[in-house]
Amino acid sequence: MSFIEVKQISKSFRVAKKKSGLKEAFKSFIKREYQIVKAVEDVSFSIDEGEIVGYIGPNGAGKSTTIKILSGILTPDSGECQIAGMIPWKNRVKYVKNIGVVFGQKSQLWWDIPAEDTFDLLKDIYEIPDEKYQSTKNDLIKKLNLEDIINIPVRQLSLGQRMRCEIAAALLHHPKILFLDEPTIGLDAVSKQLVRDFIKKINRENHTTIILTTHDMSDITTLAKRIILIGNGKVLYDGSLKKLKNQYETKTTIMVKTKDKLNIRKKGVLEKIKTKDGYQLVIHLKELSISELLTILSRKIEIDDIEIENESIDDIIVKLYEDYQI
Amino acid sequence: MKAYFTYFKLKFMSGLQYRSAAWAGIATQFFFGFVYVMVYIAFYESGEKQLPMNLHQVITYLWLNQAFFALVNQFHKDPELFQMVKDGTISYELVRPKNLYFMWYFKILGQRLSNVVMRFIPIIFVTSLLPYPYGMEGASNVYHFFLFLCSLMIGTLVVVALSVLYPIITLATMNEKGIVNVMLSIADILSGIVVPIPFFPLFLQKISKYLPFQYISDLPFRIYVGNVSFQFGIRGIFIQLFWFLILVFIGFSLMKRNIKRIVVQGG
Repeated sequence: MSFIEVKQISKSFRVAKKKSGLKEAFKSFIKREYQIVKAVEDVSFSIDEGEIVGYIGPNGAGKSTTIKILSGILTPDSGECQIAGMIPWKNRVKYVKNIGVVFGQKSQLWWDIPAEDTFDLLKDIYEIPDEKYQSTKNDLIKKLNLEDIINIPVRQLSLGQRMRCEIAAALLHHPKILFLDEPTIGLDAVSKQLVRDFIKKINRENHTTIILTTHDMSDITTLAKRIILIGNGKVLYDGSLKKLKNQYETKTTIMVKTKDKLNIRKKGVLEKIKTKDGYQLVIHLKELSISELLTILSRKIEIDDIEIENESIDDIIVKLYEDYQI
Repeated sequence: MKAYFTYFKLKFMSGLQYRSAAWAGIATQFFFGFVYVMVYIAFYESGEKQLPMNLHQVITYLWLNQAFFALVNQFHKDPELFQMVKDGTISYELVRPKNLYFMWYFKILGQRLSNVVMRFIPIIFVTSLLPYPYGMEGASNVYHFFLFLCSLMIGTLVVVALSVLYPIITLATMNEKGIVNVMLSIADILSGIVVPIPFFPLFLQKISKYLPFQYISDLPFRIYVGNVSFQFGIRGIFIQLFWFLILVFIGFSLMKRNIKRIVVQGG
C-alpha cells in the first residue's frame, strides 16, 4: 500500500441555476432549479513517500477540490482514500497534524500582526516543543530569507514576502505531506525561483511528500518528475513529464542564418520559409532528428548562426488540453 | 487548551491595535448614553407612578449598558469569521488539529474583551463624575457588587456562545444576513439593551424569561443597581450557567454537522 492511496473519489456540488433577467429572477425565487456539477469523478492515484507530484489541469478542473479532499476539509461523495494510514475526513483532527497546506489564494497569517506572532500561535496549535520550534523556525527564516520581514505586520508585506511567510507557516510542525495549491501565483521571477528552490530543498532534506497544483509550467518542470493531469474532474494523464514531452513534442522550429541559398527536400521538413537573413525550418521530430538535419545543413550551406526553438511545456499543455477537449 | 488561549491572546492583541476605533466607540457610547438618559429623565419627570425601577437605578443601568456595550451587545458580528466562511479561508481553519468550535469561541471572546477593555474605564470614570440625576452611581452594596462581577463574567460566556452560533449558521446559509439578522434583532430587543427588561409589557417579560438573552447583561446590571434581591441574583447565575451549557452544546453539534456538509467557495 502506498503512502497516499486514492481510489475512485467522486465529489459533486449542487449549484443553483439562474438565468439573467428580472423575470428569471422571480421564477428562481419561487422555484429554484439546481444543477449537479461533478467536481471530481472517479479519481484514483497513488503516491509514494518523498515524491513530488505536479497536479495540473485547467481552471475548474477539480484540482483544488481534490486537494481539499486530501487535506480532510471536504468529504467526498464516494470513494476511498488512505493517507499515512488514515482517512483524512474521518479522523480530521488527528490527521491534519501530519500535513502542511498552502493555499496560494488565501492567507493563514493574521493580517494585523507580524508573521512571527502567527508562528507562535501555530506552535501552540500543533503543540510543538520549545526547542524544536526554535530550531525549525530559525532554519526556515534562514532558508526563506525572512529575517527582515518576520516582524512587520502582515498587511504591510508584499505578496512575495507574504507567500514566503505562508510557506514557512505551513512547515513549522514538520509535516510529512505538503499540499501546495498554486504557491507561486502572482509572484515575480525572483520570488518564484526562491520558492521553487526551497520546495526542492525540503523535499530532499526532510523527505517530505509534496503535491503541488499550479498553472505555471516552469514550476512543474523545475520541481516535479511526475504529473497528474486532471480535466473535467477526471484523471487524464498520470506519468512522467518526460514521457509526456516525448509524446507531444513533435515539431520544432529552427532558424538558420546564412547567405547561401538552401534547397532541401527531405521527408520530415514540414516548412521552409525564407527570412531576411536566412531560413526558418519546421521539422517533424519523429521523422527527422535535429542532429540529422544539422548534418544535412552543414553539408549544403555555410551556417552563420543557428537557433533551435524548443516547444515550451506551455505549448505542450495547450495541445494536451486540446486533445482531451478540456 | 493552551492553543485556545493563544487564539484569545492574539485576537486580544490585534484588537488593541485599533485605538482610534476605540475612541470613536467611546464617543458613540457617550452620545447614545446621553440620549437614553435624557429620554428616561423626561419620562420620570412626566410624573408616571409605579415604575419598576427608580430613576437613579435606571440611569446607572443605562450607563452600564454603554460602558460594557462592546462586551455584551448582540449585534457583534466578527467580520473575520464571516469573511472566512464566505471567501473560503475557512479551509485553513479546518487543517488545524484543533476543534473549530472552540477556536472560534475564543476568537470572539478575545475580540469582545479587547474591545471592552479600551472602552469601559473612561465611560465609567466620566459618568460617575456627572451630577445627579445624570451620573452613574456605585453598586447598591458590596455583596451585590461581587455578584454583579460574577454574573457579568458568566453573561459574557453566554453572549459569546450566542455570537459563535451566527458564523456556524452561515456555514450552511452562506450568507450572514437573512436568518442571522432576524435572530440578532430579536436578541437585541430581548436582551434589555434597548429597553431594560422591567419596562417590558408583562407578556414579553414572560417570554424573555425562558430565553437566554436577558441573562447576558440585564441580570448583572440589575444586580448592580440593586433592582433584584441577592437570592434572585444567585438563582439568575444558575440560569446563566444552564444557558451557557445549552448554547455551547447546540453550537458544538451544529458545527460538527455543518462541517461535514461544507462547501468551500472560491477556488
